[in-house]
Amino acid sequence: MPVTYQVLRGFPRSKVFAASLVPCQQHHSQFGPIAHHPASRVPSHMWQRCQPSRSYKTTSLLHSYILTPPQVNSILKANEFSFKVPEFDGKNVSSVMGFESNQLPANAPIEDRRSAATCLQTRGMLLGVFDGHAGCACAQALSERLFYYIAVSLLPHDTLCELEAAVEAGRAVSPILQWHKHPNDYFSREAQTLYFNSLRTYWQELIDLTSPGEVPETREALLNAFKRLDNDISLEAQVGDPNAFLHYWVLRVAFSGATACVAHIEGQDLFIANAGDARAVLGVQEEDGSFSAHTMSNDHSAQNDDEMARIRGEHPPSERKTVIRQDRLLGLLMPFRAFGDVKFKWSIELQKRVLESGPDQLHENEHTKFIPPNYHTPPYLTAEPEITYHKLRPQDRFLVLGSDGLWETLHRQEVVRVVGEYLTGVHQRQPLTVGGYKVTLGQMQGLLEERKARVSSAFEDQNSATHLMRHAVGNNEFGTVDHERLSKMLSLPEELARMYRDDITIIVTQFNPHVIGAQRQEGQS
Amino acid sequence: NKASCVKGWALSPALLPRLLLPRTGYRRASRGLWTSVQRLLATTGGTDSQLPPFPSQARVVICGGGIVGTSVAYHLAKLGWTDIVLLEQGRLGAGTTRLCAGIVSVAKPISVECQMANYSLNLYQQLEEETGVKTGYANTGSLCLAQNQDRLLSLKRLASRLKVLGISCNVIKSKAVAKLHPLVNIHDLVGALHLPDDAVVSPPDVNHALAVAAAQHGVQILERTTVQQVLVENGHVMAVETDRGSIECEYFVNCAGQWAYELGQASEMKVSIPLHGCEHFYLLTKPLPENLSANNPVVLDMDGRVYVRNWQGGLLSGGFEKNPKPIFTEGRNQLEIQNMQEDWDHFEPMLSSLLRRMPGLESAEILQLVNCPESFTPDMRCLMGETPGVSGYFVLAGMNSSGLAFAGGGGKYLAEWMTYGYPSTDVWPLDIKRFGNLQSSRTFLRHRVMEVMPLLYDLKVPRWDFQTGRQLRTSPLYDRLDTQGARWMEKHGFERPKYFIPQGKDLLSLDQSKTFYKPDWFDIVGAEVKCCKEAVCVVDMSSFTKFELTSTEGEALDLLQHLCANDLDVPVGHIVHTGMLNKRGGYENDCSVVRLSKNSFFIISPSDQPVHCWSWIKKHMPSDPNLHLEDVSWKFTALNLIGPRAMDVLAELSYVSMKPEHFPSMFCKEMSVGYANGIRVMSMTHTGEPGFMLYIPIEYALHVYNEVMSVGQKYGIRNAGYYGLRSLRIEKFFAFWGQDLNAFTTPLECGREFRVKFDKDMDFLGREALVQQRHDGVSRRFVMLVLEDHDTELDVWPWWGEPIYCNGRLAGTTTSSAYSYTLERHVCLGFVSTPPGPDGLPTPITPDFINRGDYEVDIAGQRYSAKAKLYPFSSLFTQQKRRKEDLELSNLQAK
Repeated sequence: MPVTYQVLRGFPRSKVFAASLVPCQQHHSQFGPIAHHPASRVPSHMWQRCQPSRSYKTTSLLHSYILTPPQVNSILKANEFSFKVPEFDGKNVSSVMGFESNQLPANAPIEDRRSAATCLQTRGMLLGVFDGHAGCACAQALSERLFYYIAVSLLPHDTLCELEAAVEAGRAVSPILQWHKHPNDYFSREAQTLYFNSLRTYWQELIDLTSPGEVPETREALLNAFKRLDNDISLEAQVGDPNAFLHYWVLRVAFSGATACVAHIEGQDLFIANAGDARAVLGVQEEDGSFSAHTMSNDHSAQNDDEMARIRGEHPPSERKTVIRQDRLLGLLMPFRAFGDVKFKWSIELQKRVLESGPDQLHENEHTKFIPPNYHTPPYLTAEPEITYHKLRPQDRFLVLGSDGLWETLHRQEVVRVVGEYLTGVHQRQPLTVGGYKVTLGQMQGLLEERKARVSSAFEDQNSATHLMRHAVGNNEFGTVDHERLSKMLSLPEELARMYRDDITIIVTQFNPHVIGAQRQEGQS
Repeated sequence: NKASCVKGWALSPALLPRLLLPRTGYRRASRGLWTSVQRLLATTGGTDSQLPPFPSQARVVICGGGIVGTSVAYHLAKLGWTDIVLLEQGRLGAGTTRLCAGIVSVAKPISVECQMANYSLNLYQQLEEETGVKTGYANTGSLCLAQNQDRLLSLKRLASRLKVLGISCNVIKSKAVAKLHPLVNIHDLVGALHLPDDAVVSPPDVNHALAVAAAQHGVQILERTTVQQVLVENGHVMAVETDRGSIECEYFVNCAGQWAYELGQASEMKVSIPLHGCEHFYLLTKPLPENLSANNPVVLDMDGRVYVRNWQGGLLSGGFEKNPKPIFTEGRNQLEIQNMQEDWDHFEPMLSSLLRRMPGLESAEILQLVNCPESFTPDMRCLMGETPGVSGYFVLAGMNSSGLAFAGGGGKYLAEWMTYGYPSTDVWPLDIKRFGNLQSSRTFLRHRVMEVMPLLYDLKVPRWDFQTGRQLRTSPLYDRLDTQGARWMEKHGFERPKYFIPQGKDLLSLDQSKTFYKPDWFDIVGAEVKCCKEAVCVVDMSSFTKFELTSTEGEALDLLQHLCANDLDVPVGHIVHTGMLNKRGGYENDCSVVRLSKNSFFIISPSDQPVHCWSWIKKHMPSDPNLHLEDVSWKFTALNLIGPRAMDVLAELSYVSMKPEHFPSMFCKEMSVGYANGIRVMSMTHTGEPGFMLYIPIEYALHVYNEVMSVGQKYGIRNAGYYGLRSLRIEKFFAFWGQDLNAFTTPLECGREFRVKFDKDMDFLGREALVQQRHDGVSRRFVMLVLEDHDTELDVWPWWGEPIYCNGRLAGTTTSSAYSYTLERHVCLGFVSTPPGPDGLPTPITPDFINRGDYEVDIAGQRYSAKAKLYPFSSLFTQQKRRKEDLELSNLQAK
């Protein structure tokens, strides 16, 4: 117990121990990055799970914050968003009915980002969760840029040519993406020109590399988009910008990091591109009406043996012991794949050169000069995604994309159960029929009361992501929401919140089983 | 041509064996249907040539083969009508009738409904004997349970109303309930009402029996025939178009139940039949292990919102939930009535309630949950009678879940209506003409029926207002009055202020103010009444129905002289208070008519009269291009300035003397008020107090109101509402149409002989009957009863419908009541009649009978002694005196 307590006091539950690699995270610098290393012998995922219940008993400070249910709701619902795919008179119906998303910050500001958009030139839907670390800059950049890279990668050669011609001639460009954004999801205005030029360079190269009539494969497109964007982030930081603010900004993006988990859904084809420890889980409805979880992505972390093997294999045997320590990359970074994080990618010389030529603000912070220990054979980190494909079936009801903040509080099976019961309870709860069975009035009453109790807890939320969030934060050992616990978790002061929970981002996408069923039949016949 | 052959059978083969069972006497007696049945039998299978010909002509076409339609056919046939065709789109009794629970109870909210249910009970009881068809009739009786004292009070009120009708009933203790029904848990009951005559039947069988009896009398029944539309010519039904051809007819009766609204809309001239469906659920159990007695009473647990009856060894239980599910809003194409889904989650509250009432049922096995859609109307009463727009188009629909209980009586009344021009009793509360196009909006109906369905089992207390479908028609002053604390009630969609809550004061919330006792607004209304008596109040009375009748020559006067009992040949500017009577001399309308000019009249009728009065005048109006009737209700805002200082306010605003010597009573002048010109100012009020009615073109309404309020300030003016008016008019013995007066009340019976032009040698509608009645003497008289030993604070307040006893003998019922702040007593208005003479004939009523009798009013089973009066207490003297004193006082101050 004392050890755990120490750990709690000492470390924010940050993905990077050296939390303040970049100056925007001033408040993190109070926690010494390396000093407490020896204390954290307990595997991180274990103490993460047991800490909340124990620790608020010991911290009298927390008792003073009890929120009322409406206050809890206003916190939980502040970032909720939902989108329904419009139906056009029965025509052109999508396999996606819509999605609902939500975010709950633990960091201030939140380091998670989410994006959702419809590809207008191809006809797929893109959904993504980006979990930032060492600041929010990289996640922010991903949320604005990654989908454009994917969309461009998906465009056929001829469309790319038209696009280039239009830009060249200064004509209006037909939009590539239709964004579905919550008002809190912002785009940074200053960097748009920079971003656009990088993107244009990319499609110009694509035009050169492809031939007329060529239509790219989704898998390749996703892979290329991820790698290209990470490359562009790195290059932009190396080149810098005459505008001091932008120069500072591109460095912030490159020196911070973010994982990405992106889903591309078109018809029956579901692709997941994942780099890092966010996760995509499919909710499958079994014949008896219950839900089971079908994991669509692998975590790139120490819990994944293949990843351990991959990283160890990429570096000389002399580094075998040092490349992963305490389940972290070089003893520092939890996710094993990520965008940005040039401290794990560039050579020491490059890092030093860039920092020296960078704007003055960077020098004010000691930690920017910090080089990871045992840093011998960079790069140690990649943004290359692992791509999973799944052909949707009518029983595949929904997809949950979540940052690791969700998955470390709820088991995936529990996530699928909560969402499945919510969706069926609200929209398509199976009606009860007696049929030919022997049922007494008393039995029926018991059954109905149970159903009613289940619905009433779901009734507070109009959004499945919010409902899931409520469970993630407030679940007790019985799998139901404990208001007192929920209230305490949400009323944690800013500086403490990060110790008890991580930023949580959730996107629940609902499929249209009828459309999928019909498409499958068409495909077969 | 096989398809049309199947379709074309008069009755489906499935029904034939049942039709053939009865006695041999049938064959001789039967025509129409019977011959066709015989023919069918003779040539098993039937060929085209043997099919009964589709009638091309009939006198009456009834649409709807449910219990209501067959009952109408049955009663028409009994009254001697021939040439009746009944059309059913599917099978007879296949709609709501097939599914309904089969309870016939007389426990209904208003007396005419109790009468209908009582008639139905008697009809169904003898139907088996009459037709030989088993109806499943079982006289089980029923128990209305009370879980609280308020419910018990309402049951006691019901009991006293039923006693007036001669229907037996007993208020019993909860222990007695346990004896009558072994399964009932009585621990939370405070008592019950036992109705021993109530019964259960099998609705499809009753339906069948009625069809058989109707067929015996020659009614031709065609199944699988869908009415598509009703053709109208010159405002009269001409033909009915069906999917099998059209039938020329004189009368059409819409008994289409759930589909009556749509059928009305499908008519060539749209007919508004405001009803809307709601899903209704009940549960059937398998036979219970411990055998129930077949005669266990029906249990109505209204506080628990459930009913229970025996059903084939098990039980049938349904209810009227708080959150009903409206259905068929967009029409019939949504769902077939046969394929309705069970919804157990929706039924859960009722199941819990049932198990609380009968805990022993926990182990009972479920057979089925039945979803049986019912149709509901905007005021929980059925729709009956001839439609206002199309003559010959009759309706009987919108049964509010009591179709079985009302079908018998309703069918009888409608048949009488068609035969004699009106039923044998007043059915204004059910008359379809109480509604108009106003109530035909689907959104309105959908919202309103969601309030109406739970209301069936809600506690109904005096002065209850609907909460849905409000703020449809409002006066231009609505917002002004609302911000001044107005609380609103609604009449025919029009918002009217009840009273004004003074600033800083708050009343109980809606639920808490539901009471049979002294209401929370008592002092507020008292203050308004006091102000009406001593200073001046302004009341927005814009909801009145206002017509203008004009002609180029004397046609308008001629028409009104024919329609009205009072003489309208008065000088221009005079106001005449008159009734419009029917042939029986009964009031069809009670109105004030202003002679605006030689050939134009302004007719002011009660707020709920726009449809009925319009159609009454139209019906008697010759189609003369020179004669023009216009509804101008929407053009005028009506303000009532009431009280002794009203004349001062108006004089100041118009620079015209309003003193009685310059502006005599019952006089109308167009004049200016403030800047606004052309205001019709009338020296009359509807309460008997001094004052003026201002009919203001709506664009001036706000201006005039503001001027009146600002000038009136020094006279102590304030807003008042209808509750105050009600108290004033009742203590002044003013009868109101729709409450006190109806189509069976004559002017002679309510002391209004002076408003009948007997002295003029001129015929008018109802004259003959009145002359006869004057000759015979009236046996029924409108009286005012002042309650003597009633404690306003502690006793249950009277409402209306309370029995009146004279010398211990039932003498009549009250029609309205109010607390008189002047007399500090409750005043009830009502009719009393003398006991019949030895020959059984009515005897004339004498002033002695009124003045010398010992009167009592029965309020919820408790009798209160009362003083009967034929004339109101005049407060005129005291007012004049006070006014004189005030004048002297102000003179003093001026000096």
